[in-house]
Amino acid sequence: MSVLIFAESNNGKFNKATLEVASYAKEIANTLGTTVTAVAINASETDELAQYGVDKLLTVTNSSIENFNARAYADVVKQAAEKENATIIVMSSTTNGKYLSPLVASSLNAGYASNVIALPESTSPFKVKRTAFSNKAFSVTEISSDNKVIALAKNAFGLKENATSTTQESFDAIINDAHLTTTVTAVDKTTGKVTIADADIVVSAGRGLKGPENWGMVEELADVLGAATACSKPVSDLGWRPHNEHVGQTGKPVASNLYIAIGISGAIQHLAGINASKVKVVINTDPEAPFFKAADYGIVGDAFEVVPTLIEKLKAFKAQNA
Amino acid sequence: MNILVCISHVPDTTSKINFANGDTEFDTNGVQFVINPNDEFGLTKAMFLKEQNGATVTVVNVGGTESEPTLRKALAIGADNAIRVNAEAKDGFFVAKQLAEVVKNGNYDLVIAGKESLDYNGGMVPGMLAGFTDYNFVNACTSLDLDGTSAKAVREIDGGNETVSTSLPLVVGGQKGLVQESDLRIPNMRGIMMARKKPLQVVDATGSDNQTNVVSFEKPAEKSAVKLISPDNIDELISLLHNEAKVI
Repeated sequence: MSVLIFAESNNGKFNKATLEVASYAKEIANTLGTTVTAVAINASETDELAQYGVDKLLTVTNSSIENFNARAYADVVKQAAEKENATIIVMSSTTNGKYLSPLVASSLNAGYASNVIALPESTSPFKVKRTAFSNKAFSVTEISSDNKVIALAKNAFGLKENATSTTQESFDAIINDAHLTTTVTAVDKTTGKVTIADADIVVSAGRGLKGPENWGMVEELADVLGAATACSKPVSDLGWRPHNEHVGQTGKPVASNLYIAIGISGAIQHLAGINASKVKVVINTDPEAPFFKAADYGIVGDAFEVVPTLIEKLKAFKAQNA
Repeated sequence: MNILVCISHVPDTTSKINFANGDTEFDTNGVQFVINPNDEFGLTKAMFLKEQNGATVTVVNVGGTESEPTLRKALAIGADNAIRVNAEAKDGFFVAKQLAEVVKNGNYDLVIAGKESLDYNGGMVPGMLAGFTDYNFVNACTSLDLDGTSAKAVREIDGGNETVSTSLPLVVGGQKGLVQESDLRIPNMRGIMMARKKPLQVVDATGSDNQTNVVSFEKPAEKSAVKLISPDNIDELISLLHNEAKVI
């Protein structure tokens, strides 16, 4: 009864979230005295998994599911779990992971806990800590069913190397034809730009920037830091920035290592959305802005003066530390 | 066409979150409850579909009598009828089982449920409901166009969007984008009056267990005070981020 992970890949290559899931599953497997099995679909570069403790890899090669297809992928993961007698299945909290997990859980009659941030507090009963109330609180959740599905929050457990050798086995899962009726017709993905979901650093700006024409310096700062750009809700509502940059309770959650907020006052909904970020910096003219209570570092000052200086100094810093 | 919109009754987004009974229960004291925002986008989308193509829109909630005002609000916004499954919403698995029963009895072509509720953030219900009903499923859906029984949907992916073609019957995990914030409707007096007369059916729960339960809640640890840096001393900020926080 190994611990099963779904090894999500993009263009054949595993993403960081998958390696975090492998690291996490290995710790659980060690506690239970068992091994980790991964199941991957149409992945081509599979070597990395050994470094993070995956003992066995089931590879599924199937041209009918070149694109992510949640219902078909759920068929694969379910059958992999049955084959491996796995009762604990770990997924990532990526958009695809959150799409897939409840389908897998329902097909295995499993209890499901999403946004899990730490190793189980105990494995019998099985209790995990997860975020709730839009990051304003945590809950310790017990999963009482025999089968358990957990989705690990991004950047919460981190990567932990645990080198082993992985045995590979090709796996022919049977996909229900009725599950192939949803097909991808177009993908619109920003290329060459860091996305909020993958970013270690996020640079975000709010209404304090006065207008969309002033976003050049935000983008430049993000560029220097290799960061993704984001914005507050009013800015997206005003149409200054696209909706997919809106972070907060009804927008995207951010769990980056560093979050820099420029001209964002810090409404409770915004702060909830970025709470999982590790280090927060605020730049705002108003010392009373609520963001200062949530931030680690703050500058009371005019963004139009502070940000250009910051860009210049960071460039010098990067040049020196390159 | 029959559309079912699943409504979760959640604390308003501005609520301060506190816990009672030795941190085992959410403290509802002084908290205002609203339609879960992700569900409200779905409800408004259902209104649009009704106006474009004609449809009967039913709203459903799994909960006690305390969620009836939230269902009435959905009726005031324009839903035709409401169902309340009379049971405590123990977990997403339990709720999805109840909703699957409602779907089975109601012959719905389209089911819209918020991709997650803003209280427990489980993100379980739409996916599990699709699993239990064997309906097609699009999660984190930001756009939906119907043409007969065919559907074109856009879903959010990490770093972009993906357009999919699918068909009814369909479960949609809704969110902002299905309609815009500015499309959301505030019930008017006429809507509120009419809502009083619309049917709100209370049904018994079907036997199902929950598979998870919350043992306890915790609030995040108090943050230490912000370190203020002078705008004339950006070097110090860079040094702190590099040496102390170790994030650059």
